[in-house]
Amino acid sequence: MLAQLILSGLASGSLYAMMAIGLILVYKTTHILNFGYGDMTMFSTFIAYMLLTWYKLPFAVAFFGAIACGLLLGVIVDRGFLKLAKDAPVTSLFIATLGIGMILEAVAGWIWGYDTKPFPYVIKGPPLFLGGVVIRRHDLLVFGVAGAIALLLFAMFKFTDLGIAMRATAQNRQAARLMGIDVGKIATLSWALGVGLGALAGVLIAPIVFLDLSRMILVMIKAVAAAVLGGFTSLPGAIVGGLLLGVMENLTIYMPAALAPLKTTFVFLLIIIVLAIRPQGLLGEPVGRRV
Amino acid sequence: MRRLILWGVALCLLALAPLFLRSYTLYILSLAGVYVIATLGLNLLTGYAGQLSIGHAGFLAIGAYTSALLVARLGLPFWLSIPLAGLLTGLTGFILLVPALRLTAIYLAIATLGFGAAVAEILPRWTALTGGYQGMKVPKAVLFGLALDSDVKLYYLTLSIVIVMLLLARNIVDSKMGRAFIALRDQERAAQACGISLTRYKAYAFFISAFYTGIAGGLYSFVVGYISPGEFDLAKSLLIFMMMALGGMASLPGSVLGALFLSFLPHWLSGFRGLQQFIYGAALVLVVIFMPYGFWGFVRRWTMPDKLERLPRPLRAVVEFVRG
Repeated sequence: MLAQLILSGLASGSLYAMMAIGLILVYKTTHILNFGYGDMTMFSTFIAYMLLTWYKLPFAVAFFGAIACGLLLGVIVDRGFLKLAKDAPVTSLFIATLGIGMILEAVAGWIWGYDTKPFPYVIKGPPLFLGGVVIRRHDLLVFGVAGAIALLLFAMFKFTDLGIAMRATAQNRQAARLMGIDVGKIATLSWALGVGLGALAGVLIAPIVFLDLSRMILVMIKAVAAAVLGGFTSLPGAIVGGLLLGVMENLTIYMPAALAPLKTTFVFLLIIIVLAIRPQGLLGEPVGRRV
Repeated sequence: MRRLILWGVALCLLALAPLFLRSYTLYILSLAGVYVIATLGLNLLTGYAGQLSIGHAGFLAIGAYTSALLVARLGLPFWLSIPLAGLLTGLTGFILLVPALRLTAIYLAIATLGFGAAVAEILPRWTALTGGYQGMKVPKAVLFGLALDSDVKLYYLTLSIVIVMLLLARNIVDSKMGRAFIALRDQERAAQACGISLTRYKAYAFFISAFYTGIAGGLYSFVVGYISPGEFDLAKSLLIFMMMALGGMASLPGSVLGALFLSFLPHWLSGFRGLQQFIYGAALVLVVIFMPYGFWGFVRRWTMPDKLERLPRPLRAVVEFVRG
């Protein structure tokens, strides 16, 4: 029972982690909390839905269609909207991402309607048994994709010029610019990568929670919580935070029955306790400005 | 002196508004007044003291339910219930102080979001007190024997409370406390080195902010006449945050403008069926692009001496008159 709960917690946790990484990529280089993320994910996932069910295209095409849509959305959001608001404070830009989210929601409503839609699983078939623990085939895919993404990102940040430039920008914008890094381009790329990753996660989440205009926002809130839990500046932190949040959520089953309806409250309470002990999140860099 | 004249004119206009506005518009104006108070509360905390919060709907809910229950269950007079709601909500503000003493920026924002989510989850399940998901009807407000049963009367009530809260906020901002808030926001360590107690002033900031939002909540329940847990969700917290940020961070007139704008925007858009959400979102983006520092930042920028000459003549005359 416990092993089962932990395993399925890890599966949903990997999805939170993927979403959380998308948020952090944007936050690290631009300091903007992207609260339109849920809607951007929803929009890209609907593209996959349309390719799959309207045009009957194979899954691979739908997958890449969604990711392409996410990448493009990221570029449009940064170049088309946020760059126009020169030297606006991040609180204002945060509101702009909310506004963009609303626009996307309206457009998605016109194109795909307002009702909830089932989203097909990529891999069908009976669940696997592994020594008393049941694993859905979809979960295996989730683990695989999440692991691959984590490795790819690690390699990118460690070995490629682009990854190093992104890290430099995150660490010190001014110094990075002086070293000849095009900080604006790095920001756009982070947006593209971040929203693209959200799209990828969205396609994997949609079969589980179904697809409608607002559901991805709830997933986004969990991703934000996971990112904060792990430390909002750390990618490994996002993975740890996401997995932990997924498991924590599942283990709330062991709460006393009287408290059972207060699941969300309890999860947030746990997060706050963790943060009270480690204010910068589990793996985040300590915050503290010099005077 | 000239400023006083301007305020006198504005006050007269507001006092005479019921003569030429529809009852429905007055209702929206009262509701906007409620949000002005809540936005002032958030601005004191976020704009001045630098503590992010996206959970203020929780305080709004506590204020609304407190005042409604005090009148409905305990039979307390209405005029007492609103300040009591403010005080009680102010005390619950200390709940957030616990994480706030350790956390900053986005980490604190998530803690406040959690607080808002907790209130939204507890309210409908505490059926004995709140009446559950169906919500509860709020008794009519009665002020010293005079029933405040029309939109006009509620408008005057809201207007007077808004003015009191605005004056209070201005005094807080101009006082030693306001300067301490700003110092702690801009340079936490330096301010502490100058002898400003971080703990004490953060506690003040959270109490005052929650107090304001509690008052707003108390007023909300009487203006709307009906409250239910579903109204006080994350969307409402974000609405108050948007009112503050679009109006202008750390600006009291900005809070008024932001709250008025976002209260009226949905009603201006009600004619555009199916387009509301699109235009609403586009309006947010456009305001951020063209007024990055909010409405009040925009006003300030265009009334700078060097920009003044480019303004049309009548507008320039007004600005110069106020400047004196």
